[in-house]
Amino acid sequence: MIVYLLCFILLLVGLYGVLTKRDLIKIILSIGILGYAVNLLLILFAYRNNSIYPILSKGKEISPMVDPLPQALVLTSIVIELGTTAMLVALAVKLFEKYNTFDITEIRRLKG
Amino acid sequence: MPVEYWLIFILIVMIIASIAALEMDDILSSIVAIGIVGLGVSLSFLFLQAPDLAIVQFLFEIFALIILVKAFLGKDYHKQAPSRINKILAGLTIITLTAIFIFSVSVFELLPPFGEPLMTTAQYYLDNGAKDTGAANLVSSIILDYRAYDTLGEITVLFTAILGAFTILRIKSKSKKENSELSNATK
Repeated sequence: MIVYLLCFILLLVGLYGVLTKRDLIKIILSIGILGYAVNLLLILFAYRNNSIYPILSKGKEISPMVDPLPQALVLTSIVIELGTTAMLVALAVKLFEKYNTFDITEIRRLKG
Repeated sequence: MPVEYWLIFILIVMIIASIAALEMDDILSSIVAIGIVGLGVSLSFLFLQAPDLAIVQFLFEIFALIILVKAFLGKDYHKQAPSRINKILAGLTIITLTAIFIFSVSVFELLPPFGEPLMTTAQYYLDNGAKDTGAANLVSSIILDYRAYDTLGEITVLFTAILGAFTILRIKSKSKKENSELSNATK
């Protein structure tokens, strides 16, 4: 259970960054941390003691395997995370070109 | 040494690295610290018997590092000292998150202990995956056969995100356009 709790602490660290940081770069990094924590939590739920990876091979006797379903879901989720990170970075770069700052309080003040 | 102790060690390193990434002033250092967190995730996927995921996570980490460094390095931004109200808000957030953590302990106690999978639906895939699809790798048999429509939808999301990023990067900002028009007019 302590593994689950540590993973949850990682998620809370990401949440703390999203809520309190004023720097756009730090906010993007904390969204990344949130994604890591969620992916890792899903894979932790799938683990089974004394079992092997879910790949069949010839000449290997049947042994218990870990749950392949969360692995399949997380595989696509990681790739999508890369796409969303690229989009966030593009937005941040455009905002920097327009306002010349990464501080979100400044950006809110400079309207139009 | 059982897997659980390795995982606890890696997770503690990851928590420390993520806190360092959020609190450091230098942008390059915090991006590198995020790299430590991502490689830790990749390593723990290896310990959790998910080799495909470990490879994908490793590649993701390297691409993300390249994108972040290319985009943010050399942008001089001036960090302002946090004002007093910001410090109060950060303190309140920490207190709230700690309270959430303390209350969540009893929720995590309801889960089965580490090492017993939460979901039991996948037993069908393990038993019949090779017979139904002919794939040796059961993860890819799920992605590309049992849940192919899911994958199609997720690829649509990925395509839209990349398209959005390119569209955003191509828009010229208003002031720049005016400047170029002015310079054209003076020519």
